[in-house]
Amino acid sequence: MKICIRNGRVIDPASQLDIDQNVYIANGIIVAIADDLDDFTADLDIDAHNKIVCPGLVDLSARLREPGQEHTATIDSETRAAAAGGITTLAVPPDTDPVIDNPTVVELIEDRAKKAGRTMVLTIGALTQKLNGELLAEMAALKAVGCVGISNGIAEIKNTVIWRRALEYAATLDLTVFINPADPWLQKQGCVHEGNVSARLGLAGIPESAETIAVSRHLILIEQTGVRAHFHNISTGKAVKMIREAQDRGLPVTADVSAHHLHLCEHDLGNYDSFSHVMPPLRSVRDREQLKQGVRDGTIQAVASHHQPLDADAKLGPFAQTQPGISALETLLPLTLKLVEDEEITLQQALASLTCQPAAILGIDAGQLTTGGNADICIIDADVQYDCRPDNFISAGKNSPLAGWLFQHQVSHTLFHGKLVYQR
Amino acid sequence: MRSNQLTESGQLRHFLTIEGLKRPLLTEIMDRAEQFSSISHRQVKKVPLLRGKTIMNLFFENSTRTRSTFELAAKRLSADVMNFNISTSATSKGESLLDTLHNLEAMHTDMFVVRHDQSGAAEFIAQHVAPHVSVINAGDGCHAHPTQAMLDMFTIRRHKQEFANLRVAIIGDILHSRVARSQIQALSILGVGEIRVIGPQTLLPRDCQTLGVHVHHDMASGLRDVDVIITLRLQFERMQGALLPSAREYFRCYGLTEEKLKYAKPDAIVMHPGPINRGVEIASSVADGKQSVILEQVGHGIAIRMAVMSMALGSQSELAESE
Repeated sequence: MKICIRNGRVIDPASQLDIDQNVYIANGIIVAIADDLDDFTADLDIDAHNKIVCPGLVDLSARLREPGQEHTATIDSETRAAAAGGITTLAVPPDTDPVIDNPTVVELIEDRAKKAGRTMVLTIGALTQKLNGELLAEMAALKAVGCVGISNGIAEIKNTVIWRRALEYAATLDLTVFINPADPWLQKQGCVHEGNVSARLGLAGIPESAETIAVSRHLILIEQTGVRAHFHNISTGKAVKMIREAQDRGLPVTADVSAHHLHLCEHDLGNYDSFSHVMPPLRSVRDREQLKQGVRDGTIQAVASHHQPLDADAKLGPFAQTQPGISALETLLPLTLKLVEDEEITLQQALASLTCQPAAILGIDAGQLTTGGNADICIIDADVQYDCRPDNFISAGKNSPLAGWLFQHQVSHTLFHGKLVYQR
Repeated sequence: MRSNQLTESGQLRHFLTIEGLKRPLLTEIMDRAEQFSSISHRQVKKVPLLRGKTIMNLFFENSTRTRSTFELAAKRLSADVMNFNISTSATSKGESLLDTLHNLEAMHTDMFVVRHDQSGAAEFIAQHVAPHVSVINAGDGCHAHPTQAMLDMFTIRRHKQEFANLRVAIIGDILHSRVARSQIQALSILGVGEIRVIGPQTLLPRDCQTLGVHVHHDMASGLRDVDVIITLRLQFERMQGALLPSAREYFRCYGLTEEKLKYAKPDAIVMHPGPINRGVEIASSVADGKQSVILEQVGHGIAIRMAVMSMALGSQSELAESE
């Protein structure tokens, strides 16, 4: 199959490329990015006039709910949603059921993902067996079958000795450790950011110290063990500052933020809107501004979906009793590029945080447009006006607080390994 | 899906929270309660205002006094009342809150009086009931207890007439108190001169001053020259989770004794939403003393609840007429 994407604005953040050219694809590979190519007869021509042609998105954390919660969502349903969101590579955290703590589960997920064939699904293995926070998982075995890193997900490890040993062991194996920083005691107390909204609504608050205490403890252990570490889903301005200082000191730490934490804050809870119930919680306006600053100055290298599809019942109830989580695969791109519309970051920065930078964190060869490389490509309509309608999401999870938001950027085509997997 | 507790013409449809209501409406509730309070002194303590209406008390959390005053208020308005203590029945069998609600709704209920241990539960229920059903919040988690706040305002008005020049101090566990939140909002809307909260930092919400109050950590400064003192009930489970060392220490610092009462104005009134823990938040000599209006509050509770119920169901007939 030969495909030619014609007349698009080709942007490759990794090489700083930004040029109006054609992209030629054959056998799943980009054969040229050029004005013209002799002897190339395309089976399929895609007109990308007035559109952005960029690498397919790389998402550092998306829960697909399979295995374990297939009644909520499946690898098939969620990779369909990922393709519609322009995502061609995503990493799943280990908190499936059974947990990704042995090669069989990794193989099962890879098989199902291959069968679906719409996006590369990578696995992050468990740090401790069954994520119980007590016994180390067989990390070498997990690495051997392709886990791109190791994590305890949102499950807690209370014992600092276990953390230290886990980080040392991961360092030995040259594995990146992905950390969701949260002090288990402070976090468990509440369901929303501790601030004036929690005071008004009478909801139990989670102080920012739930995150900063965890980040500071981890930074000390990272320094001590020399492990390469990545912080998932940072939500506070103070944590951004601590990570920036650690990076300045030369520690091998990176960080990501969810696209929704860059736009929403505690006030979006309104009248107990359960769709805004998410962990870590939406924090203050000040935190949100400091997260944006973190993306702008490069402290935060990646914007991720932190996709958590939920069924309708999960959000029906008094706020604290609803399940936290946002269905976010299909809003990752328009939300992140909204920062460009708002002149908060440049288009190159936004696309880099969605493609080559997360790919570098995963240590994989993706998120770039290179001749001879896989044709994982996202084509974006850059000047449309449309309302976000979660009810029309392709994902099985319609749980999004963004209903009615006006978006300007929309994925028009997604190519995965040279195959058209989504077309609007 | 934001519920609006007011109809288009500004009448009460639900009564979920004091927040966002206007002064004339709060005054109307108190004026109407004033009319109803005389009924309690008659030989026949009943008016036919809500004859033929069905009111269900849905108590997902235990309560004796609030439930019985709501029940009495409904009966004095001639409504049919049913009580459900749900913590022990349906929801513990795995039935969801909404299933329970819709089942009861199918019995042609006109009003639900709801108490629930989750903040926002009354709001949630109001968003999901049929359009002809009113919801009265009888306390949701740590969020709101609007009828309690209104009966407290009613009590203050009876003793002090005007709100504008008053200094009011609320003592104790503001963090977990739905009563305090509603009181603070009502006092602000009624234009009270100064609202203070007194308590240790562990029992005050973070960013407490954004509620519009002055924060004090000691009784001497907090009670100085106040006209109204509201003590809150201290829940004993607060000793868990390291919020307080002991009831004894709490009494030592924040218990209202005759000695500490002297910091306030000589004619200050002492209030408490009940039930009282004698010797924890308040000394018996103060609770039973001449400045205490605690028992009056209970009686006012019936009148206020009659007022709110009749107003909410009155707005329904307004709805029905407009259809």
